[in-house]
Amino acid sequence: MMIIRYITQIGRYCLMLKEIFNKQTKWSVMKNLIFKEIDDLIIGSLGIVAFISFFVGGVVAIQTALNLTNPLIPKYLIGYATRQSIILEFAPTFISIVMAGKMGSFITSSIGTMRVTEQIDALEVMGVNSLNYLVFPKLMALLLYPFLIGIAMFLGILGGYIASVYGGFGSSLEFVDGIQRDFTPFHIAYAFIKTFIFALLLATIPSFHGYYMKGGALEVGKASTVSFVWTSVTIILMNYILTQLLLT
Amino acid sequence: MIEVKNIEKSFGDIKILKGISTVFETGKTNLIIGQSGSGKTVLLKSLLGIYIPESGTISFDGRIYSELDPADKRELRTEIGMVFQGSALFDSMTVAENVGFPLKMFTHDNSKKIRERVDFALKRVDLTEAHNKLPSQISGGMQKRVAIARAIVNNPKYLFCDEPNSGLDPNTAILIDNLIKEITEEYNITTVINTHDMNSVMEIGEKILFLKDGLKAWEGSKEEIFRTDNEAVVEFVYSSNLFKKVREAYLKE
Repeated sequence: MMIIRYITQIGRYCLMLKEIFNKQTKWSVMKNLIFKEIDDLIIGSLGIVAFISFFVGGVVAIQTALNLTNPLIPKYLIGYATRQSIILEFAPTFISIVMAGKMGSFITSSIGTMRVTEQIDALEVMGVNSLNYLVFPKLMALLLYPFLIGIAMFLGILGGYIASVYGGFGSSLEFVDGIQRDFTPFHIAYAFIKTFIFALLLATIPSFHGYYMKGGALEVGKASTVSFVWTSVTIILMNYILTQLLLT
Repeated sequence: MIEVKNIEKSFGDIKILKGISTVFETGKTNLIIGQSGSGKTVLLKSLLGIYIPESGTISFDGRIYSELDPADKRELRTEIGMVFQGSALFDSMTVAENVGFPLKMFTHDNSKKIRERVDFALKRVDLTEAHNKLPSQISGGMQKRVAIARAIVNNPKYLFCDEPNSGLDPNTAILIDNLIKEITEEYNITTVINTHDMNSVMEIGEKILFLKDGLKAWEGSKEEIFRTDNEAVVEFVYSSNLFKKVREAYLKE
C-alpha cells in the first residue's frame, strides 16, 4: 500500500514537472517574478552560505592538520585535503542539504500558505497556470545556484587557508602548494553537474509539497518538514548515483 | 446565463452532488444556500472548473464547459470574476497590484491604462485611499472590497462569490451585499453567491437555490421564500426567532 502511495506521488511529481512548462505566463510578468526569486532564493542565501563555508572550511583544515601526527606526511596535505573535501562534497552536497532547509522550507511554506488561503485557486480561476506562475520562476532563479556553490568553494578554501596559516598548522606556501597539487579539472565539472541537478531538486520538491498540501496552518508546517526530509533524501541519493556515474 | 444540467460529483465513495439542475440568470443575484456539508461549495467550485463533475453539463451562455478545448476554456476563465471567502488577495502585492493583476496578465494595456482601470475599479468599491497598502494592512471589509474590485476590473460576464459576508460586521455585510447587487445590475452580469447569511437572502436574493444533502431541495425568489411551506427551507431559513417573526409579519400583510 505504501509503495503504491510513493509511486503515485512520484507520478504526480512528474506530471507537475510537465505542467510547469505548459501555458507560459507573459514574459513581462515572468521577468519580474524571476528577479524576485533570485533576490529571495540566491541573494538571500549568500550570507548563510558564506558563513557556513568559511567556518566549515576552517574546521576541515584544522581537523586534517590535527590528524597528521606522522612527521613524514607533508604539510601540504592540509591544503590538498581541504580542497578535495570542499570541492567534491562540502560545497555541492552539504550546502545543498542546508539549502533544502533554508530555501526548501521557504518555498513550501510560501506556496502552502497560498494554497491554504485560496490564492492558488484564485490564480486558476483567473485562467493562470499556477504551476508555471509559481514554480517556473524558482527554477529559473536556481539556475544561478552554481554561482552560490562557487562562492562556497572559494570561501571554504579561504577559511581553510586562514585556519591553517594563522592557526600555526602550516605555512602559506605549503597550503597553496596543497591546493594546487594533483588538481583534476574534471572534479570542478563533477561538482557543478551535481549542483545543477540539486538545484532542480531544490526548486521542484519543496514546490510539490507546498502546491499539493491540504489543510490549514498546522499542515503548512508539517509540509515544510516533510519537504525538507524528502529533498535531503533525494539529494543524498542523487549524490550517490552521480558519484557512481561520473567518478568511477 | 449559466445552465447546470444534472451534475454529479463524488469524493471517494461519498457522493456530494446528486444530480443538480438549475439556471443562474443574467443581471440577477443568484444565491446558493444550505447547511454546511450540503454541497454549496462543491457546486460553486464545479461551476468555476476547479472540480470536474462526473456527469452532467455546465454551460455558460450556450458554451458547454466540458466540451470546450483548452484555449476556449482559458478564454472563458478570463470572463469570470471570483470573490473568495477569505478574499484570497496576493499577500506580496499592494492593493493596486492585486486589482491590476488580471489586466497585467490578460490584456495588452500599458501601465497608464491599467492604472486608470484600477483607479476606476477601486473608486467603484469606495476604496480610494488604499492603493499602496498591503492586504495585511487593511481591514477584513476593505479586503473584501479589494477582492470585488479585482473581480470586476476585467469586466467579467460571470461573478462568483463564496461567502462574501463571512467575518464582517452587519453594516459592512450589508454594504458588500448592496455593492454586489449594484454591480450585477450595472454591468448586467450573471452573479452566483454562495452564502449562509440569511440577511443576504432577504436583501439581495433575486433567485435562491436551496441545497440539502447534495440535492436541489427548493428554488425561488426572496418573495417566494416567505410563502413557501417547504419544511426543509422553513427549518433552515427561519431557524432564528427574528426571522420567524419577520415571516409571520410578511404573511399577515
